[in-house]
Amino acid sequence: MENQIIDPRTSVDLSKSDKKSTTAVERKSRILSYIFTFIIMLAVWIILSGKLDLFHISLGVISSILVSYFSAEMLFPEAKISFLLKTWLGLLGYLPWLIYQIFLCNLHLVYLVFHPRLKEVINPQIVTFKSKLENDIALVTIANSITLTPGTNTIYLSLYGDFTVHAIDDASIEGIPGELETKAKKIFGL
Amino acid sequence: MNIVVTVLLAAGLFFFLVGIIGIIRFPDFYSRMHPAGMLDTMGLLLSMLAIAVYILFDHFSYLSVFSSLKILLIVIFVYITSPIASHAIMDAGVRAGLQPWTREDLTKEET
Repeated sequence: MENQIIDPRTSVDLSKSDKKSTTAVERKSRILSYIFTFIIMLAVWIILSGKLDLFHISLGVISSILVSYFSAEMLFPEAKISFLLKTWLGLLGYLPWLIYQIFLCNLHLVYLVFHPRLKEVINPQIVTFKSKLENDIALVTIANSITLTPGTNTIYLSLYGDFTVHAIDDASIEGIPGELETKAKKIFGL
Repeated sequence: MNIVVTVLLAAGLFFFLVGIIGIIRFPDFYSRMHPAGMLDTMGLLLSMLAIAVYILFDHFSYLSVFSSLKILLIVIFVYITSPIASHAIMDAGVRAGLQPWTREDLTKEET
């Protein structure tokens, strides 16, 4: 029943973000996060519309400005310029490694599915571990990567970094949390 | 190029098939979620890659580039949303108080 405990930090974080940030550096990074959101929105618009004439692109520019005005704070909360660039470049380098890991885990699961004595080979278990990271995006990235690799599935994740993971057998839990955590630490520069 | 498309598509369909067999063969709710997650990681990635390559090289023009980019967008969106969905389903199981199947249940079934 530990799932129903409400973290006290959620309310603290909300009150912190309500304060108006007025320093020059913060205002600059706020503008930069609008620009990043605008670029992503416009790229998605152009890909989805597939038309390159003036009418469609100007429609896309207008709606991208509107959407990035509404939702830049959702995509990049408390953005800092150096942090943003480092995070996105790190994520790009992280993706090929993740897809390779997904491929390896898939092959292992294929072996398990076709094993004639399936119920004797698998050993379903629920593992809990604590991550030292306290960055929200880093924790969510780790949790999503755990679920994407077959054989392990995140059940619960708290703001403090407590993971509850369901694993299908002993071999599936070898990779976590160590390797994923060091990768995420490198990406988010913690 | 046709060979590459065929191999990618066959591999993707193979992972889909294994995922479905796995959903039937595994013993309980929690372990069935693992092959279900396999369907939309490996199967979707490979089969969508096959379709993207096919469109790109069938009649090459700037329109076919846009079409294959759209198909890659499907992969990106599914890779973001599917772990969240399967996490929500497993979390619902835990909140409802469903006990996971373990090795001990196997010995109980045999006796």
